[in-house]
Amino acid sequence: MRETFYDVLRRQGVTRRSFLKFCSLTAAAMGMGPSMASKMAHALETKPRTPVLWLHGLECTCCSEAFIRSAHPLAKDVILSMISLDYDDTIMAAAGHQAEAIIEEIVRDYKGEYILACEGNPPLNEDGMYCIIAGKPYLDQLRFAAQDCKAIISWGSCASWGCVQAARPNPTQAVPIHKVITDKPIVKVPGCPPIPEVMTAVVTYMATFGQLPDLDRQGRPKMFYSQRIHDKCYRRPHFDAGQFVEAWDDEGARKGYCLYKMGCKGPTTYNACSTVRWNGGLSFPIQSGHGCIGCSEDGFWDNGSFYDRLTNIHQFGVEANADDVGLAAAGVVGAGVAVHAGISAVKRLTEKGGQDK
Amino acid sequence: MSVNTQTDAPIDDRAGEGQLQEAVYVYEAPVRLWHWVNALSILVLCVTGYFIASPLPSVPGEASDNFLMGYIRFAHFAAGYILIVGFLLRVYWAIVGNHHARQMFLPKVWSGAWWREVWHEVRWYSFLEREPKKYIGHNPLATLVMHVMLLWGLVFMMITGLALYGEGTGMDSWQYVLFSSWVIPLFGNSQDLHTFHHLGMWYIVIFVIIHVYVAIREDIMSRQSIVSSMISGWRMFKDTRPADDLD
Repeated sequence: MRETFYDVLRRQGVTRRSFLKFCSLTAAAMGMGPSMASKMAHALETKPRTPVLWLHGLECTCCSEAFIRSAHPLAKDVILSMISLDYDDTIMAAAGHQAEAIIEEIVRDYKGEYILACEGNPPLNEDGMYCIIAGKPYLDQLRFAAQDCKAIISWGSCASWGCVQAARPNPTQAVPIHKVITDKPIVKVPGCPPIPEVMTAVVTYMATFGQLPDLDRQGRPKMFYSQRIHDKCYRRPHFDAGQFVEAWDDEGARKGYCLYKMGCKGPTTYNACSTVRWNGGLSFPIQSGHGCIGCSEDGFWDNGSFYDRLTNIHQFGVEANADDVGLAAAGVVGAGVAVHAGISAVKRLTEKGGQDK
Repeated sequence: MSVNTQTDAPIDDRAGEGQLQEAVYVYEAPVRLWHWVNALSILVLCVTGYFIASPLPSVPGEASDNFLMGYIRFAHFAAGYILIVGFLLRVYWAIVGNHHARQMFLPKVWSGAWWREVWHEVRWYSFLEREPKKYIGHNPLATLVMHVMLLWGLVFMMITGLALYGEGTGMDSWQYVLFSSWVIPLFGNSQDLHTFHHLGMWYIVIFVIIHVYVAIREDIMSRQSIVSSMISGWRMFKDTRPADDLD
C-alpha cells in the first residue's frame, strides 16, 4: 500500500496530538464545522498521498515564494509532505534529465490521480518559443502533463488570468492555463502572489477530500474569493462615514481613513486579504497605508493607474477616464444644442418677419 | 384610433392661427406618472452615482458619528430600485395601455415609409424643411432616439447596476446569481464594469440634454403641444390639417 499522509508525519516524528491539532486548524481555516476535523484526520490517515506536479511557465516565482511561507502551524513543513510534490523545478533536488524523467514517470504511473499545479502561463507566439524548458517549449510540457491529470490548480494571476506577461500588447501571446487546457477541471487561485494560507488550504482541501472546492463562475474557490477586499476591510466604517485619505501623509492618512480616493481597488477585488491577511495574519496592503492594487483581478495591469478610482478606458484606445469621456461628449452635445437653439430662434424670427409682410 | 374632441366649438379652417381646436388623449396616467418618477430617479441616480465615484470632501469627526457615504449609496440604491420597478410597470403598461404607450418600445424599423419620416424629421432639425409634420404620438425620430438611448440605456444601467449591487449583497443573493455571476465575467472584471456603468450615466445625461431641448423646442416650433401633454395627457394642435402619424 502507498504511504499515507499520516504515515509520513509519524515517520517525521510528528505526534498524533500535533496531527489532530493541524486537522482542526485547517478545517477552521477553510470555514468548515468542527465535525470536519475528524473527517479530515480520517481521510489523511487512509488515503494515499496525492502526487503533485508543479510546473513553471512564464512567471516570477512569487507564487512559490508565497507558498513556502505559509505560516499556519505545521503547514509549512506538513503540506509539502502531505502531497507528494514530485516535480517542482525551483525546489526539487533532482536536476536535468533526471528531473524531467519524473514527469513522464508520474504521468505513466498515476494516470488520472495526480494534480497538476501550474505556476505561470504558456506563451503561444512563435510556437511557444518564448518559454523553453529542458529544450522544449513549456506549452508541450504543459500539454503532456495535463493529459492524464485529475485536476489543475492555476496558481496566481499568471496561470489564472495572464497577469503582467499578458498585459497589452502581450508580445509573446501569453495566455492563462484554461485557454490551453480545456478538458480538465481547473481551480484558479489568483493573486500576485496568492495568499500563502489560501494556497495551502486549497491544496489541503483537494488532497484531503479528493475533490475540488466549491468554485464560483470564474473558477475561484468560493471560500476565499467570494467577497471583495472592501466588504471585510477594517477601514470600511470610514468609507461609509465619508472619511477619506485625500493626499498621502495628510491627517486622514494618519488617522487611517479609507483609501478609496487614493485609488484603492478594494471595492472591485475578490480576495481574502482583509480577513486572512499576510505574513501569518500580521498585515495586508491597506493596513500598511497603501490602497489595494487589485492583483487578483483579471487584467489588473491593463486597468490604468493604481492610484485612480476612475481608471482609464482602454477599450476605445482613449487615455481618459469615464468622466473625461462623458463630460466631453455631454459638452459637445450641450454646445450643439445651444447653437441649434440659436439658429432655431433666428430662423423663427426671420420667418415670422416674412409672414408679417 | 379614437379622436376625442374636447371642445364643442366648430372646427376652424383658418390654419396657422395657433388656435386650440382639437385634442387627443395620448399619455395615460400611468405613462405620465412613470415619466416623472423616472425623471426624478434618473436625477437622483446621476447625482449620487457621481458622488459615489468621486466622493465629497472628507467629513470631520468620528466614523461612528457619520454616515454620509452610506446615505449617498442608500439613495442611489433606493432610486435604482424605484427606477427598475417603474420600468417593469411601464413595460406592463406598454402591453395593456393604449397604442401610444407601445410606440417607444416598438419603432417601425422594418418600414421604409417610417424611415422616410425619420429622414424628414432629420431634415426638419437641419433647417432644411420649412414645416414639420404633425404627429399625435411621437415623431419617428423621437421614437427612435427614445428607443435606442433611453430604453436600451436604462436596460444597460439596470443590468449593470444590479450586477454591481450583487457584489455587495454577496454570492448567495439573487442579484449576484441572476446578474453579477455573468455580467462581471462579460466585462472582464469588476473595475471595467464600474467604468462602463459610469459611461452609461453620461449616455443617459446626453439623452436628457437632447430630450429636454427638443421637447421645449418642439413645444414652440412644432404643430402640436409637447411639454403640457406630459402633464395633462392631452395632445393639443396648432392647426386643423390631418396628422401624419403612421400608426
